[in-house]
Amino acid sequence: MIISILMGISVAFFGFVLQTSIAGVNRKIIGRVQKRYGPKWYQEFLDIFKLLSKRSVTHGWIFDFGVIMALGGIIATAMFMPITNDLMAFPGFDNFFIFVYLIAVGMLGMAMSASGSGNPLASIGVMRALTTMLAYEIPFMIIVLTIIKLTGHSSLSEIAMFQQTAVAGLEFSGTWFMIALPVGFAVAFLSLMGMLGKKPFETYIAPAEIASGPMVEYGGKQLGMLFIMHEITVFIEVSLFVHLFLGGAENIWIFLIKYFLVYTSVNLISNVNGRFKIDQVVVFFYKWPLLFAVMQAFVAIYLGWVI
Amino acid sequence: MESTKFSLLTKEEVDRKWWEIGDFFRRNSLWMLMYCTGCCAIELPPAMTSAYDMERLGMGPMATPRQADVLLVTGYLSLKTLRRLIYTYEQMSEPKYVVGIGSCTINGGIYHDSHAVINQLDQYIPVDVYVAGCMPNTEAVMNGFVDLMRLIKSKKANGWKKYHKNNEWYKKNQIDSLGEVRVKDEFHD
Repeated sequence: MIISILMGISVAFFGFVLQTSIAGVNRKIIGRVQKRYGPKWYQEFLDIFKLLSKRSVTHGWIFDFGVIMALGGIIATAMFMPITNDLMAFPGFDNFFIFVYLIAVGMLGMAMSASGSGNPLASIGVMRALTTMLAYEIPFMIIVLTIIKLTGHSSLSEIAMFQQTAVAGLEFSGTWFMIALPVGFAVAFLSLMGMLGKKPFETYIAPAEIASGPMVEYGGKQLGMLFIMHEITVFIEVSLFVHLFLGGAENIWIFLIKYFLVYTSVNLISNVNGRFKIDQVVVFFYKWPLLFAVMQAFVAIYLGWVI
Repeated sequence: MESTKFSLLTKEEVDRKWWEIGDFFRRNSLWMLMYCTGCCAIELPPAMTSAYDMERLGMGPMATPRQADVLLVTGYLSLKTLRRLIYTYEQMSEPKYVVGIGSCTINGGIYHDSHAVINQLDQYIPVDVYVAGCMPNTEAVMNGFVDLMRLIKSKKANGWKKYHKNNEWYKKNQIDSLGEVRVKDEFHD
C-alpha cells in the first residue's frame, strides 16, 4: 500500500516534470514558427520557481484553501494514471470514470478559490470555464462511451491493451481508435483543445479581455501552485487521450513520443487561431462535433462499420 | 573539538544563500506589467515580437499587477494616471521592480511645463532603471532590461525596500501632488 502511494506520487511528479519540460520545448517551437529565437527550454521551471520564491498576498482563507485543494485534487487524480502497460501505481483502479470524477475536485477547488478573491473578472472567468466544460464534455463523452461499448472495458489499460493486440474472434481489436474511428478521433481532438484551453477555445483565460480570468487575483506562491496544478492537469488530459486513441504505450519511450506529438500538434494548431467568444464556443461544439460524434457512435455501434 | 573547515552557517548566511537562489530565478523570468501612458509604448511591440524577441530573456507581458514583477512606465504621467499607477504599484507582489522609459519619467521631457503632468517619477515611486531618450531606441529598451537583470544579480535593484523604508517621504510627495491618495472603493467599502 505504502509502495503504491509512493509510486502514485512519483507518477504525479513525473507528469509535472514531463509536461513542464515539454511545455518549455513547445514555447521554443512556437517561437521558431513566429521567426523568433524563443525562450530557454527550461523557462517554465524558472517561472514556477520564481513564483514560489515571491511574497504573496491573501484574500481570505477560502482563497488559500482552494489553491491547496486544487493542487491536492489534481495530484490525487494523477496518481491513478497508467503510464505504460505495466507501469501504474494502482493496477485495476484506472477506470476512465475515476479520472472524470476526481479531476472535478481540482477544478472545483480552483473555482472556489477564484470566487473567494472577490474580483468580478475572476467570477466571469470561472463561469466561462464551466460553460466551456459543458460544451466540450458532451461530444467527448459520446466518443468515449462508443469506445467503451466497442471494447467492453472502461479501464484505460484494458482499452490500451485492446488496441495493441489483435485477438482472433474479437472484432476491431489490434487497431488504434485513431484509425478505427477517424471521425470520432477528430471530434475528440477538438474536445482536447477545449480541455487544454488552447486558442480558439481560450475564452476563459482571455488575457486582453478579462485579464486572465480565474487567475486575476493570484500572485506569488498561490499562482506558482496553480501553475503546477495546470501542468499536472495537462499531463492527465493528454495521457488520457494517448491511452484512449493512440493505443497506450508498451514502454516509456513510446509514451514520450506519443505524448510529445499530441501536445505539439495541439499547440501548433492553437497558435494559428484567433479566439472565440463564449457563445461561439458553445455553438461550435454543439453544432459539428456533436453531430459527428452521434453519427460516429451510430455507425460504429449499430451498423458495425469500423475500419 | 570543532572543525575549522565545516562550520555551521548562521541564519543570515542561510537566508542570503536562499535569496541568491531566488534572485537567479527572478532575474531569468521577469514578467512585465506595461503601464503604457505615452508614446514610448510604441517601442515595446518590436521588442516583444520577432525583431528583438524579449521572450528569449524570459520576459513576457502579464495581465494583472498581482502576477507581474516589473512595472514599465512608458512616458509622461498626468496626475490622474499617477494615482492609478500608485495603486497598481502597491498591488504588485514583492520583490517588484520599476523601469521608467523615456525622458518624461526622468525630468518631464517635452511636457516639463505642463500643469497636469508630474516631472520626476522617482519622487512618487522608487525607480530601478531609467531608459533615457525621447523616444529611446528599441536597442536601448532591451539594454535597459539587461541592466535590470544585472542590478538584480548584484543586489542593487532594491527600490521596493526603499519604498518600505522611506514610505513617509513617498506618501508626503504623493499627497502633495494628488491631495488624497486613497479613493472610495465601491466594491468593498
